[in-house]
Amino acid sequence: MMNIFKKTIFSVLFSLLIIGNVNADKIKIGTEGAYPPWNSKDASGKLIGFEVELAYTLCRYIGQQCEIVEQDWDGMIPALIMRKFDAIMAGMSITAERQKAISFSQGYADEVASLAVMKGSDLEGMDTPEGINLTLGGSGVKKTLKTLTGALAGKTVCTQTATIHQNFLESGDVGKINLRTYKTQDEVNLDLASGRCDVALAAAVAFTDYAEKSGKPVVLVGPTFSGGAFGNGVGVGIRKDDTELLKAFNKAIEKARKNGDISRIATKWFGFDASM
Amino acid sequence: MDLELMINSLPKLLNAAVITLKLLSVSLIIGLFIGLFFAILRLNKNIFINRFAYGYSYVFRGTPLLVQIFIIYFGLGQIEYLRSTVLWVILKEPYWCAIIAFALNTGAYTSEILRSAFQTIKPGIIEAGKSLGISNKVIFYKIQIPIAIRQSLPAYGNEIILMMKGTSLASTVTIMDLTGVAKYIISTTFKPIEVFIVAGGIYLFMTFIIHNVIKFLEKKYSFN
Repeated sequence: MMNIFKKTIFSVLFSLLIIGNVNADKIKIGTEGAYPPWNSKDASGKLIGFEVELAYTLCRYIGQQCEIVEQDWDGMIPALIMRKFDAIMAGMSITAERQKAISFSQGYADEVASLAVMKGSDLEGMDTPEGINLTLGGSGVKKTLKTLTGALAGKTVCTQTATIHQNFLESGDVGKINLRTYKTQDEVNLDLASGRCDVALAAAVAFTDYAEKSGKPVVLVGPTFSGGAFGNGVGVGIRKDDTELLKAFNKAIEKARKNGDISRIATKWFGFDASM
Repeated sequence: MDLELMINSLPKLLNAAVITLKLLSVSLIIGLFIGLFFAILRLNKNIFINRFAYGYSYVFRGTPLLVQIFIIYFGLGQIEYLRSTVLWVILKEPYWCAIIAFALNTGAYTSEILRSAFQTIKPGIIEAGKSLGISNKVIFYKIQIPIAIRQSLPAYGNEIILMMKGTSLASTVTIMDLTGVAKYIISTTFKPIEVFIVAGGIYLFMTFIIHNVIKFLEKKYSFN
């Protein structure tokens, strides 16, 4: 009896050891699975999207197996630091604030942010230029921010928590607003449609994707935003002490860009070339 | 361990704890009335009234509080007709949606606690009142309710503590309560352990206070 017991324990421990080793060779990549078209899930719960496809492509260039795991957005960076996975590919923009905690590869894609309202809102037809770049600045940008400050005063503005969009809305560039933050972009969309939010801010494509899939009359208003609080494109987030992996990802991104993989995959998911 | 962050986040978290206490006290007060109302219905001999009250407590005790909040907040928000009614004034606000969910949830538990307390009152006490010529109404308000409340104190104290912890779910509908602010601080500092330890400490302190107040009341209204 004792013998069987010992054998069982031994074999269980041994198999755990093997499983552990297999996993050690895989690069684990964390994504949110709730920010289409960057990353999302299909009806069966499988992770899909631009970054999921790109991740497998990059891993092929690195020459290692990859496993993509799901992680809630608000715990993404802490989970990376606590070694739940080795890299983040979750539509995460490269910002100075995040770079205090983790490293980023070079950017692989970029796209602009925009405000959105439901059709019929009094914010429609705002008199602003098509797009502003906060890094460039200038009188045009200042004038636009002033217009926005006036338009957003007293409005409930909604956005996903811990995003560049929240950073921008809290920066004071558009004055003091009534800001509401949500755990996922889905919830922002739901409350925009229900009328709890007067206006929402996110990646422009997040709204157009929602409008298309839900059939709800969501329309983009105001200028598109880039630069400044909106960061410098989206890159792979990697732990600061993981310099080898950072190098590997940078090389893989360069190769994938040269071979046209990134722009091909981006065009497939976004409908336009969002690669950089 | 980032001690500086822990100290710096303490005032922000304490401010947020005030929101948590507000959510808790408002929903407990409303929940107590709901609970008392349904406990009385449960004691009714009419089978339909009885079943109705039982159904309410069965549904709200049998589903997770998180699901209840989501149904009230996101679910009701999807019904277009509702948005054109006056109800939307209340349902539009995350704060009131949370209060409604919490009050209905704690009301269900409270009704069960009070019902069992009413049922433990010995018939002799009520008969003694009747033999002195006291009216049924006065017996109910002056004898049955006070005894039932005393009987249910220990169980109700537990319910308050459970509800206090349950209010952390308010953060899922954009309310900046203690948990909401803790998550917000983490989203900019990326240090969950430090912030959650401080937030957890504040919850623990609130539990300590509630626990001792209930213990004091139990002693004060002890039958011995």
